[in-house]
This record gives sequence, C-alpha cells and structure tokens, in this order.
Amino acid sequence: MISKKDVDQVALLGRLELTGEEKEMFTRQLNDILEHFRFLERLDTTDVQPTAHVLPLKNVLREDWPGQHMSREDALANCPDRDEDYFKVPRIV
Amino acid sequence: MARYETVIGLEVHIELKTRSKIFCDSTTEFGGDPNTHICPVCLGLPGTLPVVNKKVVEYAIRAALALNCQIAGFSKFDRKNYYYPDMPKNYQISQYDLPIAEHGYLDIDTGGGVKRIGITRLHMEEDTGKLVHQGTITTTPFSLVDYNRAGVPLIEIVSEPDLRSPEEACSYMEKLKAIVQYTGVSDCKMEEGSLRCDANISVRPAGSSKLGTKAEIKNLNSFRALQRALSYEVERQIEALEEGGRIVQETRTWDEGKGVTLSMRSKEHAHDYRYFPDPDLVPLVIEKEWVEDIRRSLPELPDARRRRYVMEYGLPGYDAAVLTSTREMADYFEDCVASYSNPKAVSNWIMGDLARLLNANNQEITACRIKPRQLASLLELMEKGTISGKIAKTVFEEMFASGKDAGVIVKEKGLVQISDEGAIAAVVAEVIASNPKSVEDIRAGKEKALGFLVGQVMKATRGKANPELVNRLLKERI
Ligand SMILES: [Zn+2]
Repeated sequence: MISKKDVDQVALLGRLELTGEEKEMFTRQLNDILEHFRFLERLDTTDVQPTAHVLPLKNVLREDWPGQHMSREDALANCPDRDEDYFKVPRIV
Repeated sequence: MARYETVIGLEVHIELKTRSKIFCDSTTEFGGDPNTHICPVCLGLPGTLPVVNKKVVEYAIRAALALNCQIAGFSKFDRKNYYYPDMPKNYQISQYDLPIAEHGYLDIDTGGGVKRIGITRLHMEEDTGKLVHQGTITTTPFSLVDYNRAGVPLIEIVSEPDLRSPEEACSYMEKLKAIVQYTGVSDCKMEEGSLRCDANISVRPAGSSKLGTKAEIKNLNSFRALQRALSYEVERQIEALEEGGRIVQETRTWDEGKGVTLSMRSKEHAHDYRYFPDPDLVPLVIEKEWVEDIRRSLPELPDARRRRYVMEYGLPGYDAAVLTSTREMADYFEDCVASYSNPKAVSNWIMGDLARLLNANNQEITACRIKPRQLASLLELMEKGTISGKIAKTVFEEMFASGKDAGVIVKEKGLVQISDEGAIAAVVAEVIASNPKSVEDIRAGKEKALGFLVGQVMKATRGKANPELVNRLLKERI
C-alpha cells in the first residue's frame, strides 16, 4: 500500500510541489498501478532472467577519442539563471 | 586489552585517465574555463544518448584484476536518482546490482604481519560537476555550477569492513593507490581529487561479532585527513557509548580546520536513490578472452616487485617497500642499478638525499633533473675515490638544480678529491702547528679533539682532502 506519506517523500525527492488534492489523486493512482503489478506477479517467473534491457543489444561501445565541445554560450542559453560563466542554482541544503 | 573494537570499511573513488568522458566525447582534461568541456550528452539535453567509452571498461577490468577481483560476465549501468544540481540530469549513471567486478582483496602490512583486506566490489560511474558556493554550503544564497567534470569516468572500490584501526585504513589506502597507479589507469592524486575516499566506521564491545551502528565520513581529502578523522570518530563514538548514549546512523563531514567530524543531517532524507537500469545503455557482456588479454598486459605489481627486490638485490624489506611504493620510483631505482651495481648504495641515495630534495621542491621523481644514469655515475666517482662522500652530497645538490653530469660539475668546480699524500701532509703539519692545545688534548687521550683537527684540515682543503688519509696522517704525526 502506498500512503500519503510515501507520496510526500517521492514528491520531495522529485522536487515536486503538490496540492492536497493532487496528493490524494496520486496516492490513489499509484495504488492502482501497484494493483496492476500484483496481477502480473501471478505469473510464474522462476526460470526467467531479470530484464536489464528491452532491446536484444549488448556492448555498444565507442573508442576513446575526444571530439568537439559545444560553445559555452550555447550551453548556458537555455538555463533559467546564470552568473557569468556558471549555471546559477538555488542553495541546495 | 581495549574494551572496544573499531570496524572500518572504505569507499574509494578513482578517476580514470582516459582522454574522453565515460559516455560522450568531451575531453577529460583537467582545468579549463568553467563549462567549456561539455556537450549536449554530458549536459543531459533532451534527445541525446550516452555511449560507453570502451577504454573505461578496459581500465576498470585492469584495476579489478590487479585487485584480485572476479570480472562479471554480464554487467549493466543504472541510474542513481537524486536532486543535487551537481548532475544536470538529476541522476548519476552508476552500477548497482551487477557491477563489473566483485570479490577481490589486497594485502596490507600491520604490526602483526600481513593482513588480507577484502574488496566487495568495483564499479564504473560518472563523476559529477563542481558546485561553487559563496561562504559555506549552508549559508550561501545560491550556488554556481561548472559541469566540466560531469561525466569524467570513475571507478568506485568498496572494501569489506575488515579494517580495525585508522592506521590499517591508511595502509589500505596507500596499497590501493600503489596498485592502481602501477596499472596505469589513474594518477591517483589525492590533492588533485583523482583519488577520493569516504569511510564507514563503527565501534563495538571487544569480542562482539555484531556490528555497531556506523557513521559515514565524507570529505577525507588527504591521508592525514583520513587518519585524523577516523581517530576522532573512534573517540567520539566510544565516548557516546560510555556515556550510555547510542550512535546515530548518519553522514558526517570532516572539518579539517576544527579537527572534528560534523553531522550532515540535511543529507539523510536524500539517501533514497531509487536505482533502476538505465534504458539508454545496453548491457555489457564481457568476453573471457578480453579479460585474459588485459590480465596478460598487467605489469609486475607492488607486492611481487617488493619480494623480488629482497631476493634479487638483497635489499632490506623496508627499502624494498619504500622503493616499490610507486612504479616511477621503482623504475628509477632499476635504471640506476642497471649502470651501477650496488643496489644498497643506490637505495640509500634515492630514499635519502633524492627523496629529501624532491620533497623540499614538491617535485615528482619523473620530473627530476638527475637522470638515473647520472646518479649512477656520481656513485661511480665516489667509489673510485675521485670525490669524497661529503663532496658527493654537494655535487648531488648541484646536479639536482642544474641537471648537469657529476663529472662536469666536479671538473668545473675543481672538486676532485686530494689523495696526494704530500699535499695533505703539508696541510696536516700546518694544522698541528697552529692548534697546540688540541694536540695536547689528543695526547692526553681526548679522542674528540682529533675530530676537530680533521675538520680544520677539511676546511683548509675546502672538503676535498681524502678523509681516510687525513685521519691516518694526523694520528701518525701526533
Ligand atoms: Zn560531453
């Protein structure tokens, strides 16, 4: 069961500000999702390996060659706030 | 017997010396103006995809083999989710339940002999960006971020809780550093941040097999900090228990200035990383053949080299340990011995005068202006009696400063040892004549006075007189 407290915690970790109404809605919806997975749990998966990836691919690797950088102006162009050459963010703690 | 036992496990992060980042082709070069070594991938811009740098996997396997780990046949990357802005994506790509390597060990020397320390796992991950604060992290109004280091490849090496004292923890770190440096995958420079360490530490009543509650100590940026922080923490925890209190499981940071560890309570609730497999990266299937190729390319490692120095060169265990502590110093030693076959003499000079000058000048042995072959020829000049041991030290300092050959310096400065008996006898006669008091003292049995007269002769010859000859002549004439 997912409680409202769990939703508060997840919201905090996701930096989401939720209204009381939204919290109730998400608690309900997340429980519905869990219910669906409980249904899937009825399948016998004893001999099935956990899925690491849905595509049948492995070892996609590149050689260790440095390439072109993007310009700093392009990098900073979309950020909400900057201080000269830096991204500027709210205090973290 | 001590009433408490300390239990320590270390988590060590090591930056790999690749040219490009782990998931993109941005450079890993140190420094650079803020936010210039970045691209859409390491900035986590929508629509970009990470691709694993093959060299990172190779280096991780290389370090893991040197640490006696078993290499996984199947490995994958996971997302570690958290909301600090040191990663632009809001997650760090790391490895969770299927790391590239597990079950290794390394051996450390303790007062009670060799002790084997288990290595739980070694995994690959990306480094984070750098946050710049105004003032401290808790009082700054905002933070500035530089993402140049975001995406630089790291390996994290987690030890078993096998360490029993701050001293053992330091030995473990030193050994780990030496081994990884030998493999060539990292510089392992703590002062530049390419080697970093967090410690889990707890205490428990002696004889108990149940682990006490641990604290995680961060910000251990030097061997000194590691030693001091752990010693402080042992005392703090014992004191708390003695007073009937209990240890809180928490993250603490080492404050170098105050010499204490401080609680970082604010980080606690963030410890829910919600790992899940990164859907942007496909799994790694490591072929045995590749692993064996890498194993074959490993150099002789510190322990083996050290044993060989004792067996092959007849060096004391202590010398062998110091000389093999870095690959560069061991190489230097062997290059010297190749042209001057008195290993103990070479060892003395490297561990003594050379180490002292390198330290005083904050210089690496690879940058030393005295090349191994030049040190060898200095030792030869001494052995042949061309210069005295005392003059050799002066010549050595000059060589260190100028990089000139010993022979050139000796010639330029006229430092050739005077072994001509007639020439020395004349000086000896003069010294005897002008120091009647000392001569009397010697005759009265005061041996000390002889040293004074030897000094006078050396002074008059500017240190060039052959000391054995001086001693003999003085004794003959008094
Ligand atoms: Zn990049």
